[in-house]
Amino acid sequence: MIRIHHVTHIYKKESTKQEVKALDDVSLDILEGEHIAVLGHNGCGKSTLAKHLNALLLPTAGTVEVDAVDTANEADLWTIRQMVGMVFQNPDNQLVATTVEEDVAFGPENMGMEPALIRQRVDEALALVGMSQFKDKGPHLLSGGQKQRVAIAGIIAMRPKYIVFDEPTAMLDPTGRKEVMETMQRLNREEGITVVNITHFMEEAVLADRVVVMEHGRIVLSGTPKEVFTQVDLLKKMQLDVPPVTELAALLHKEDKHIAADIMTIEEMVRELCP
Amino acid sequence: MLKDITIGQYLPGESFLHKLDPRTKIIAVIIYMISLFIVNNFWGLGAMLVLSLAVVLISRIPLKFFFRGIKAIVFIILLTVVLQMFMTPGEPLWEFGFLKITKEGVRQAVFMGTRLVLLVSVTSILTLTTTPISLTDGIETLLKPFQKIGVPAHELAMMMTIALRFIPTLIEETDKIMKAQSARGADFESGNLLERAKAMIPLLVPLFLNAIKRADELALAMEARCYHGGDGRTRMKALQYESRDAIAGAFCLCMAAGAFLTRLL
Repeated sequence: MIRIHHVTHIYKKESTKQEVKALDDVSLDILEGEHIAVLGHNGCGKSTLAKHLNALLLPTAGTVEVDAVDTANEADLWTIRQMVGMVFQNPDNQLVATTVEEDVAFGPENMGMEPALIRQRVDEALALVGMSQFKDKGPHLLSGGQKQRVAIAGIIAMRPKYIVFDEPTAMLDPTGRKEVMETMQRLNREEGITVVNITHFMEEAVLADRVVVMEHGRIVLSGTPKEVFTQVDLLKKMQLDVPPVTELAALLHKEDKHIAADIMTIEEMVRELCP
Repeated sequence: MLKDITIGQYLPGESFLHKLDPRTKIIAVIIYMISLFIVNNFWGLGAMLVLSLAVVLISRIPLKFFFRGIKAIVFIILLTVVLQMFMTPGEPLWEFGFLKITKEGVRQAVFMGTRLVLLVSVTSILTLTTTPISLTDGIETLLKPFQKIGVPAHELAMMMTIALRFIPTLIEETDKIMKAQSARGADFESGNLLERAKAMIPLLVPLFLNAIKRADELALAMEARCYHGGDGRTRMKALQYESRDAIAGAFCLCMAAGAFLTRLL
């Protein structure tokens, strides 16, 4: 379990000596095997929160504990980073090596594993994301979605318990987005890896077990997708989009109380209206 | 047009030389260079010439790649040859005013010219038969013993790898920015040299800014993947000497010994 306990994070701007409170007394428990989506528009603190989960940033106040290990504990830094993998937004800027398999091997190599074991982990990880046939290719020859899958394989090869996705689909086309989301869900369901997806796409948040909405460095809403997305007015006030079907359901619900307001997908809507 | 640029000049192949360990090849080239400058008579030079031709044949690389390499430095070779011919003092063969060609000069010119041509050809075999990645690995392992006296072997290799990784990305980006700026009326093609250099500014500024941002993000991603320098780091593909490396090594030692012996003739 990752326990975020009353975390505040303050950035100091070098130029103006101004202090910016990116996180303001945030508490959140991330359970094992969970799929959490963290929603919010730009500058709400969601990326800052993500970087606290693997000690890329340390809290100004409060604590973050990964399986009861405090991230501020420098001696455990590499254990924490191995346990909590992170996939970043720009697929280009996280691949290090000149071939796909060398890149996937980068993490295990840093952990000092035996060459034979690295080989095995790399092959497994590439198979898991469906990129085995590209193992000798250069990263620049791949599409955005494929690069992001390689980046995910690079994390999986380190056998993490948790993977934090920091807006992994923001720079991808619809095909790439689908590839990454499918991989993410498969890892969660089949491999039991806890997934934290930082995103601003509602369609992605709907797939999670739990949705956390952030604004001004605070958690303002938290619950199952149905619980969160039925708060249409509140979400609109925060300038967040609601999935169109849900918005329609909410409008219909206002007119006719027989129609449920917690509808997330088009299929559900069809079933609701034409039983 | 920018996409056509290839990195290094590696030519895929299956020859004996392609399969050699990069470390063996690097050391072999060094021994070859020393041998080439040890030999001081025509017997020795002739032997080196035959040997080099044999190596070229073994590499199975088309001859045009060697001519291309020589063409690139033909000016330097000619300059050396001419200077050697006219500047070496000795028994004159031909005189015109203050210019004179000496017997020793001609001899020196032939020697230096041949040496340079051979040097370029054989060193290009190294880069033609070895991928940039394995070349980097080879250099890293060879420099490792010198780490104690402060040679940053791992850091150098890491920098080379990252450079190789990002060259295609940056080329692509240059292409994109050029098109974007052209669409807004930037002109990269016409004008004199100064004007064209000035036109590069709207290209270089975004390119550099982006490169710095990339470096920042890459550093973060590397740290998130437990990167903490070369200490305690292992490699998936550790370099491994094979029996063919022993053969090549023995061959190089024979060549060096032979080069010494020709001096006694």
